[in-house]
Amino acid sequence: MHRVLGDRRAIAILLGPALLVYSLIMLVPMVWSLGYSFTKGNTIDGFTGNGLANFSRLFSDPAVHDALWFTLKYAVAVTVGQVVAGYLLALLYVFFLKRASALVRTLVFFPVVLPTVAVGLLFQRFFQVAPQTGPVNSLLNAVGLDSIDFFGGAGHAFWVLIIMDIWRSMGFYAVLLFAGLVDIPDEVLESARLDGASGLRLIRHIVLPLSLPVLMSSLIFSVNGTLKVFDSIVALTNGGPGNGTTPLTLYMFQTSFTYGDYGYGSTIALLLTVVCLLVTLVVFRVSRRDLTES
Amino acid sequence: MKIVVGLLLVVEVYPLIWMFLTSLKSNSDYLNNSTWSLPSHWEWGNYVDAWTTGHIGLYVRNSLLAVVPSLALILLLGTAAGFALQIMVWKGRSLTLLVFLAGMMVPSQMILLPLFTVYFQTGLSGTLWPLILTYTGTGLPLTVFMMATYYKSLPRELFEAATIDGAGILRSFWTISLPMVRNALLTVGLVQFFFIWNDLLIALTFTNSQDLRTVQVGLLNFTGDFGATQYGPLFAAICINVFGTLVIYLFLNQKVMKGLTSGAVKG
Repeated sequence: MHRVLGDRRAIAILLGPALLVYSLIMLVPMVWSLGYSFTKGNTIDGFTGNGLANFSRLFSDPAVHDALWFTLKYAVAVTVGQVVAGYLLALLYVFFLKRASALVRTLVFFPVVLPTVAVGLLFQRFFQVAPQTGPVNSLLNAVGLDSIDFFGGAGHAFWVLIIMDIWRSMGFYAVLLFAGLVDIPDEVLESARLDGASGLRLIRHIVLPLSLPVLMSSLIFSVNGTLKVFDSIVALTNGGPGNGTTPLTLYMFQTSFTYGDYGYGSTIALLLTVVCLLVTLVVFRVSRRDLTES
Repeated sequence: MKIVVGLLLVVEVYPLIWMFLTSLKSNSDYLNNSTWSLPSHWEWGNYVDAWTTGHIGLYVRNSLLAVVPSLALILLLGTAAGFALQIMVWKGRSLTLLVFLAGMMVPSQMILLPLFTVYFQTGLSGTLWPLILTYTGTGLPLTVFMMATYYKSLPRELFEAATIDGAGILRSFWTISLPMVRNALLTVGLVQFFFIWNDLLIALTFTNSQDLRTVQVGLLNFTGDFGATQYGPLFAAICINVFGTLVIYLFLNQKVMKGLTSGAVKG
């Protein structure tokens, strides 16, 4: 029997094509890209080796420092925002709306599947001052405040970006965490209630610890996604004003395609990859420790 | 609590309603009247402009030509690989699965430049092939992983019994396992559809001429093509994109939610 399920020819036929495509499109280019980071130039002009120059440039380039800082700041803000908002929504679904939550879940999930470019263009107009006052500024005016030029400074643009991305993604985390909360056995909640726990205390001491595993996977998933943010920034601010909202992904893209420097672009891509792996590992380690303690 | 829920729904839905209403305004209407007002006269022609002058029709066609083959390849290759990795018994399969998994963590930026070079040198650059190939490669990690997880719920004995009845393993894969994972195929297919359809980075990198632009790249450059002043057609173009996506979502929302979350929990 094991001969049939271990048939090497069948395994090769089934797995071979996927493995081949995956290797050619992902694995080989990863290593290749690593090689590019020791060169200068691009596809059209050709490449020349330049040793470790890209790496020393990486460490002294103020634009890289800004982009790295922006990436981390953005990742922390959006991760916290979307997981917390998602968790509150999930609690709302489970403990308040109960069985009636299906419609609300569907509506709040809407923006998750919408194309980011479309959402970005929509939010641009939604928060604009000129040529026409957008709804947000109209609302500010209506309560007696002055209009804010949201895209005139990096500080405001950052917050519009955060609001937009939390708006886009909180429904997803809500459903994810909802699935985790539904798994908590009713008897556990019931006996805790009998012991006098209710409201916030019930959530703090029973619900939160029991939903920690799914919270942690949301966290890892969220961090991994937010560090790679690209679409929403390109569509909303395109990195501006100046390079005030430029993350590593966009800086890499501009370096490679606007300035035609593939070698340095690859070095920035490598930095981004290392950051993603490090952060994921750290979150993973911390969550493991938390889970075994509680 | 009722107020909170009400507020939540307004925040979720109002931007979309505003966008739709704005797509029906004329330019002077948009610039001179209040942003809250209804269109003073319903400008359905904006949709015609977006579709023809704005080339949204062409972009939709390009997106379809890139997405459909990619999706077919991802599902076919991913399902076969998931079967080989989960149902079949051989040394090194957990390591192979791990190699696929690693692909989910690595940012696409890491593979763009080598691929660009290869596509350029092989002359594929002027076609949609770079998109199809790249989408297939980047879609595989999640698909392989999700299909392997689904196959875990099928008992291996099923395929052993089929063998006793004289079916080869490839035949079992095709005629027995595929119908049993039909639901999973739909779910994974939907998730991948949304990922690929909404992709900007890969499409932006590999489409160098206007004739090849996908919907997302086209939308991003829409203002440029039209001149900055045509707001009605711009919003009409966004609406075509958003409401097209919404229709698919509304029909299949349970599957979409399930697919995206099961992909996430395990990813």
